[in-house]
Amino acid sequence: TFVSTEEDKYNLYSNLLFKYFLAEGVVSGHDLFVASAKAHPDNILKELPAPLLGDTHKTEMEETTAVKSEDSQDSMKIAWRYQNLPKMEASPTTSTKFGHYYDVSKTMSPEQLQSIKCHSFYLPEELSSQPKIKTWPMNRAYARLLQSIQSVICQEGFDGSDRQKKQKNILRIGIQSLGSLLWGDDLCSSDTPKDIHSLTKFLYVLRGLLRKSLSACIITVPAHLIQNKAIMERVTNLSDMVVGLESFIGSERETNPLYKDYHGLVHVHQIPRLNSLMCDVSDTKDLAFRLKRKLFTIERLHLPPDLSDTVSRASKQDLADSAKLLSSGCGAMAVGKKHLDF
Amino acid sequence: GKFTLLQDSGTDGSFLVHHFLSFYLRAGCKVCFVALLQSFSHYNVVAQKLGVSLTAAKDRGQLVFLEGLKSCLDLLFGEEEEQPGQPSPLQFLRESTSDLKALFDFVQTSLTPTSSDSWKVPVLLVDDLGILLSLGASPVAVLDFIHYCRVTVCSQLKGNIVVLVHSNEDSEDEENKLVVNSLCHHSDLILWVEGLATGFCKDVHGQIKIIRRVSLELTGEQDHVQLYQYKIQDKNVTFFAPGLSAAVL
Repeated sequence: TFVSTEEDKYNLYSNLLFKYFLAEGVVSGHDLFVASAKAHPDNILKELPAPLLGDTHKTEMEETTAVKSEDSQDSMKIAWRYQNLPKMEASPTTSTKFGHYYDVSKTMSPEQLQSIKCHSFYLPEELSSQPKIKTWPMNRAYARLLQSIQSVICQEGFDGSDRQKKQKNILRIGIQSLGSLLWGDDLCSSDTPKDIHSLTKFLYVLRGLLRKSLSACIITVPAHLIQNKAIMERVTNLSDMVVGLESFIGSERETNPLYKDYHGLVHVHQIPRLNSLMCDVSDTKDLAFRLKRKLFTIERLHLPPDLSDTVSRASKQDLADSAKLLSSGCGAMAVGKKHLDF
Repeated sequence: GKFTLLQDSGTDGSFLVHHFLSFYLRAGCKVCFVALLQSFSHYNVVAQKLGVSLTAAKDRGQLVFLEGLKSCLDLLFGEEEEQPGQPSPLQFLRESTSDLKALFDFVQTSLTPTSSDSWKVPVLLVDDLGILLSLGASPVAVLDFIHYCRVTVCSQLKGNIVVLVHSNEDSEDEENKLVVNSLCHHSDLILWVEGLATGFCKDVHGQIKIIRRVSLELTGEQDHVQLYQYKIQDKNVTFFAPGLSAAVL
């Protein structure tokens, strides 16, 4: 499965989500593949949040591990039968039984990292090495990345090619800031990019690789920088799951009383509909996130009670506008017309 | 033969693709399925819930399945000397030629009946056409491809074509809009799936407009438009008149 995250403006929170995905992989014993053009993957790995094992969460952890082993058994069975990918859904709002908790104020210990295999792809290093590739119909950086992922999948047997391997494992791939200038793509800097289809072609091939192997992938995309909205629509179509993070930093929403408890909004643009006619839609459409000292949480957005007597007309209008925006819903299920007046 | 356009706006219309696939297979038609978006096993799992086995259909030669994702991987990661006489259907990705002739040839070869075939009318099913644009094909190339397919499948072989496209109202994808508009004009039947104007609802997943393009027959009649709402369940989809969802009654 393939999760796209639209980066928030200063890439603070999407970076955090990215690290969570990787940390979950470490704790679950999955192999990691980290690709980045800016920060060296080793540095990213050093900054993964530490899993919470404190007293307060001990009982939950025990519950978690007990249920998790059942879950992983099921997912192994499914993977074996269909040679397909298990669904990877990180939705802390639905239940506490899936996944682990992390303490963002601490980093994961190196020992824990060493328990799994980490593959890294650091673009500046990769490009300097001799490329022995035939010409590919896309940006060179993307082509190198795809080849690297493919060789890891093949060599480590994630595509089921190694029948000897009894223990099936999952490869978690994380790719940062796809589509940005760092990857040699001028989608963000130009109205008429040189190769406008490079990113979408890359995503299509990536999707193919994910489908034929036991892997899950998260990518972050600086959507706010990409001028061409058509490309973002196509990226959404090519992804299984799309989550957009909108942080309130520097926006007028920072002072909006509606959002005073939160640091940003979570927009779920698309959810996976795999192997089924239906998709698993939760009842909540309005999600917000906040970063406390230790925890990053995503919660249902609660409208604060309108208690004040002296609420001016201007702020009431703001609240009404925000409330309208709240019910826009996500793409897999119906999206209603915006600005419907009641 | 008929050309049916499946169009979705603001929601996912792929359930219609699954429906038509199992419908035509059960009817005994020879089906060529150009599946660009999902893997074979995805369609197979859903088809089994609908009572049809794609693997069995493939084995008995009734279904020709082009798994776009796999084809693309074979093309890019495969060896140079594959089968010199048989270019990949997705050849346009590699070459600088922007036409989809290889894809068309694939469709034509798949659906032209052989002497041993005893299937009913051939059917071409595409999910979804917009992917070709994402892969670098020009809108003109895509429309040409569809045109050639129509001539062969609908006119010559008297078969049907069913194509899925996405179209959002506030989309800025001009190329996609061009393709969709053009296809709309030339379709015999349009199934347009949309979200409800009032937003998300647990019991009614959306509405479907069925537009029979009677106006194309130049008899002076207007197109017939029917509106239903639907709810998707695990093994089927229920349709009902607007406002008459089981949850409301």
